[in-house]
Amino acid sequence: MSEQPGEKKMVDVFSDVDRETAMTVNPAGFAVAELGAEDERIVTMAADMSNTVADFIARFPGRYIELGIAETNSVSVAAGLASAGLLPYIYSMSPFGMLKTAEQWRTDVDYNHLPVRLVGRLSGLAMGYFGTSHYAVEDIAIARTMNNTTVLSPGDPASTVSLMRSTAHLDGPVYIRIAEGVGKVYDQAPEYVYGKWPKLRSGGDITLIGHGMGLGLAAAAAELLFEHDSIEADVFDAAYLRPYDEESLLASARKTGHVLTVEEHSVVGGLGSLCAEAIGRGGLSVRMGQVALPDQDLEVGVPAELYEYYGLTTAGVLDHARKLLNR
Amino acid sequence: MPDDTLTLDRGRPVTDAELNRRADWIRLQTIDLIAQAGLGHYSSTFSCAEIVAALYYRALRLRPGEPRWADRDRFLLGKGHVATGLWPVLADLGFYPRDWLKQFGKVGSPLNDHPNMKLAPGIDFSSGSLGHNLSVGTGMALGARLTGRNYRTFVLTGDGELQEGQVWEAAMAASHYKLGNLVAIVDANGFSGAGPTSQAINIEPLGKRFESFGWTVREIDGNDVPTVRSTLDELPDPSSEEPIVIIARTRKGHGVEFMEKQPQAWHLGLLNAEQYADVVAEITARMDLLEGSRP
Repeated sequence: MSEQPGEKKMVDVFSDVDRETAMTVNPAGFAVAELGAEDERIVTMAADMSNTVADFIARFPGRYIELGIAETNSVSVAAGLASAGLLPYIYSMSPFGMLKTAEQWRTDVDYNHLPVRLVGRLSGLAMGYFGTSHYAVEDIAIARTMNNTTVLSPGDPASTVSLMRSTAHLDGPVYIRIAEGVGKVYDQAPEYVYGKWPKLRSGGDITLIGHGMGLGLAAAAAELLFEHDSIEADVFDAAYLRPYDEESLLASARKTGHVLTVEEHSVVGGLGSLCAEAIGRGGLSVRMGQVALPDQDLEVGVPAELYEYYGLTTAGVLDHARKLLNR
Repeated sequence: MPDDTLTLDRGRPVTDAELNRRADWIRLQTIDLIAQAGLGHYSSTFSCAEIVAALYYRALRLRPGEPRWADRDRFLLGKGHVATGLWPVLADLGFYPRDWLKQFGKVGSPLNDHPNMKLAPGIDFSSGSLGHNLSVGTGMALGARLTGRNYRTFVLTGDGELQEGQVWEAAMAASHYKLGNLVAIVDANGFSGAGPTSQAINIEPLGKRFESFGWTVREIDGNDVPTVRSTLDELPDPSSEEPIVIIARTRKGHGVEFMEKQPQAWHLGLLNAEQYADVVAEITARMDLLEGSRP
């Protein structure tokens, strides 16, 4: 059957890709191969998804540790490796990464301040019609309660590489959540400062904040708000979710009085929650909205259709922003 | 504090009588620490006292003045709830001042019921959540291979702990990577917190299970000092290619008659004054006898 115009299908993000395209479709795999060349303490591990680090394996075969489909074991083994002076990067499918191994991560990695990196590919709804077992929309809620873990959610390929590079030498745990199939947001990734949110544009009417897929949506919606409604938005890249940029958040919220968060995550516990907590603690009177996934059983389908269904689109963000401003 | 570079080597000279006395000393220290804290794990600490004594006073290569020395042998207390028996040993060897024991169980103390590697020198890895440490030890043993070091990694697990599925993930990985530098010691005292281990979920036959996972198996009486010592003395070289498991058949509460009779009752508890005196009398009498039998 040929594809009808406008018909949406699953995108294959699983197969091997050549090095040329890795930078855009598998930036986390690309980055670790580059980093591995600079630091021989770096080892990689992956549970049944070694293709995601195929380049690293080809270049440093002795530094790839296959542990099979055993994520919990992988995290504890990584903790042992880190205590022996190595820098392990574990690649996992997001639902079987932070979600499945939360306790191993907390007890073996986080409590002990060990430099293990967990890279969660296929986050959010990326595995679409495979079913809800394959969704990861609660991972940030879990990860950001870990009090020694740096939590990152890059918004595009260039920022993925930049964030992985800038955190490579952190002497503590890092969780990196990868959004699949996101387009380019940056021509050149910003120089990330630890715990700070780069600002993509400035405006006094509304604050738009996104991470992962939400960053591109927020940026595109801000553009349209300006073009069609003359609404000017502050737009922040919330790639750092722990620690996060409370200072920029509160300053902008105080200025605009309207905050809209955009994320491929549950409305519970993610960016929307952390903004609400900070705004509440800060005593600000702000109109707040969340473009995120509802706290209920989610539908199953092709990701692109699911994003439309749940309003995780530029139009969805635009609509939500307009309503927030006119309420 | 000892000289930073003083190395306690593998196979240090010590008599079996001394190791027996040391195991009983661990028991006496344990009841004092528990009395101080108000609650503690007696019988599961007692079941492995001979093993801990033989490891720390003979088998392990250590450098107390440099606890993070890269070539030290590692010891992971998978059954973290028996750390009470380890604290006096580490103090005695000079990892930290004996004074620290006085803070045991108090807010801010580096020494607690379960060990924390961030707080206590000499603790190679934190524990408390059963089932994790064999995986962590696998990582350390693999780390030794990757960094070209010949240290051994020992992991002491309980037998109830083997009901955790992650243990078997680690068992698979350790034999896959041919980690002959990894030694698991199962303190097979037959009891978990709530009752006989294999009545809950049968874990036997342990030897065959480990063997089928590609491990070298030694099954011994874990409270018999000469056997424990010689088993540790005769471990295959760390460069060998099969991980080793010592299934130490032990008695929960070993060394205190009424605890051995009711091991479950003394998994977690607190001796009253009369019981405390009885335990001290029983253990001291035995130690005196051992003193008399010294060469």
